[in-house]
Amino acid sequence: MDQFTLNLLVVGASFALYIGIAIWARAGSTSEFYAANRGVHPVLNGMATAADWMSAASFISMAGLIAFVGYDNSTYLMGWTGGYVLLALLLAPYLRKFGRFTVPDFIGDRFYSQTARIVAVACLLTMSITYVIGQMSGAGVAFSRFLEVENQTGLLIASIIVFLYAVIGGMKGITYTQVAQYCVLIIAYTIPAIFISLQLTGNFLPQLGLFGTHAESGVPLLTKLDQVLTELGFRTYTEHHTNTLNMVLFTMSLMIGTAGLPHVIIRFFTVPKVSDARASAGWALVFIALLYTVAPAVGAMARLNIITTIYPDGTDATPLAYADQPDWIANWEQTGLLAFEDLNGDGLIQYYNPTDAFAETAAERGWEGNEMVTFNRDILVLANPEIAGLPPFVIALIAAGGLAAALSTAAGLLLAISAAVSHDLIKSVINPSISEKGELMAARVSMAAAIIVATALAWNPPGFAAQVVALAFGLAASSLFPAIMMGIFSKKMNSAGAITGMLVGILSTLLYIFTYLGWFFIPGTNMLPNTADSWMFGIAPASFGTVGAILNFIAAYVVLAMTKPAPQHIQDLVESIRVPRGASGASSH
Amino acid sequence: MSDKSASAYWTANIRLITICMVIWALVSFGFGIILRPLISGIAVGGTDLGFWFAQQGSILTFIVLVFFYAARMKAIDRDFGVDEQ
Repeated sequence: MDQFTLNLLVVGASFALYIGIAIWARAGSTSEFYAANRGVHPVLNGMATAADWMSAASFISMAGLIAFVGYDNSTYLMGWTGGYVLLALLLAPYLRKFGRFTVPDFIGDRFYSQTARIVAVACLLTMSITYVIGQMSGAGVAFSRFLEVENQTGLLIASIIVFLYAVIGGMKGITYTQVAQYCVLIIAYTIPAIFISLQLTGNFLPQLGLFGTHAESGVPLLTKLDQVLTELGFRTYTEHHTNTLNMVLFTMSLMIGTAGLPHVIIRFFTVPKVSDARASAGWALVFIALLYTVAPAVGAMARLNIITTIYPDGTDATPLAYADQPDWIANWEQTGLLAFEDLNGDGLIQYYNPTDAFAETAAERGWEGNEMVTFNRDILVLANPEIAGLPPFVIALIAAGGLAAALSTAAGLLLAISAAVSHDLIKSVINPSISEKGELMAARVSMAAAIIVATALAWNPPGFAAQVVALAFGLAASSLFPAIMMGIFSKKMNSAGAITGMLVGILSTLLYIFTYLGWFFIPGTNMLPNTADSWMFGIAPASFGTVGAILNFIAAYVVLAMTKPAPQHIQDLVESIRVPRGASGASSH
Repeated sequence: MSDKSASAYWTANIRLITICMVIWALVSFGFGIILRPLISGIAVGGTDLGFWFAQQGSILTFIVLVFFYAARMKAIDRDFGVDEQ
């Protein structure tokens, strides 16, 4: 059987599983649609949260993100896991005790204000829609790559699959599908990693292999990597090269952004008890860590592997002849993710960093430029099974894993969007007398509409897909996270303070991002060049969420000091969400 | 639950959160970034301890922290009689 047929079979089987689960777990009430009737076991919820959280980008690009920069990009590893500590300690248990369905629900009730609710809905929709565009186009790319169809055909297939199981199943269907998707993606990710670690270091745990000894040369793997990179004119892998303040602020923005993302928060509404919400965040972290501790090992090992493939006898000896390249290089060259150009016409492949500092060495050796002209970072994960010489079945698993990662995140985001529309806008603001059945129908219709909008936007993905993810994190960090936190930890915080805080947080973050990336990301409208030299105190636009959050807190407390504290019944409400006893099961109001 | 024990419960919770957050910041922003030069003398597999914290240690500590907090809070909930029955 050829690889393509095998891919189709494995991917097809995984889809049949997801749709089967959705039919089995279809939602019959709003509580099931929004919160899976609060009956999800905390371990399963942890697994679903992990799948919800880890996107196609985590699955395919994370290892490359670390591999091509090294230590400085550890920010992603710490930031995207540290946020779960904040969730478990500061938000999840109290929001679960509060016992509603959405984030704007909490903000609207706690700050006794429809304005606060609508500001929260606006923040939620902006960040979730921008985020889902990236996920849907990512899913389209994944489908097109693995199923060998056009990008847009891939996008359509992705939309139809998500439509089938998210609209039928709601939160309940999505949760159990995500559990299955997690299993598929983690198996697909770790099997090649274990084999590559065994081959390079003799250690079957990639987490230990990363700090182990490179079997071939007998020196530690990371020392070897630093050494070959330096010899080829690259920066060292393990050293710190960037601005420390920016590194701290960026990590913090990712952490509080993660904790403030509504599609992550609502997952903690599905567990039966307050204590389950705390433990479930721990389980989510365990399942996320399984991938996030393996990713840096995969990155470092795959990078070293590719360099030693091109320089089989050491970086100072003759590199690989183009004609002798292994099969996997030829295979991936066809996809365009790898490309070579024989600049000096010697038939050999020279891969190095053509900087001024390296020019002399290059000239001595007769090199006329880096001949590995395209080296896509996604290749590190995608080509792993072939580099490690694993059977075709594992390659098919990677396909199913990448698709599972993309679909699970898209479904989680779509649910957050549809709940904000049907519950927070239709039920709470426009038509409070809507029946349970009517609201469930509204939820399904808004889910379907959200899928259509996301597909349409991803059809011609705007050129700023990468920037909008930074925007989503920045908004979550600077608006929702501080508002929810003050709602729980500051009994006296009033509506004027919270609304001012959210607006100051969002607007300052937007202003900073637009200043460097252009107004609404339109190229050429940026007022300052987006370079490290012109950033304020060296703070990158993507790191500004932390500053926005601080401004949010300051503004809220300044306004609180000048106005009356929250009324007594609201302070009593805060008292009640602080203690676990009395958490209700399914709650609709 | 009386007002007095309610405020004692909340104080105990805040104390526990503070301890956890200090450790959370220490392993990530501390050992992983700012304090890395100070502990660079401690070699770990081809690099130093700070690198290990940035790519592995902080994440593992986060997991321990969350389960530690969940377990301690369960005990505190019981002590103050506010656990879920």
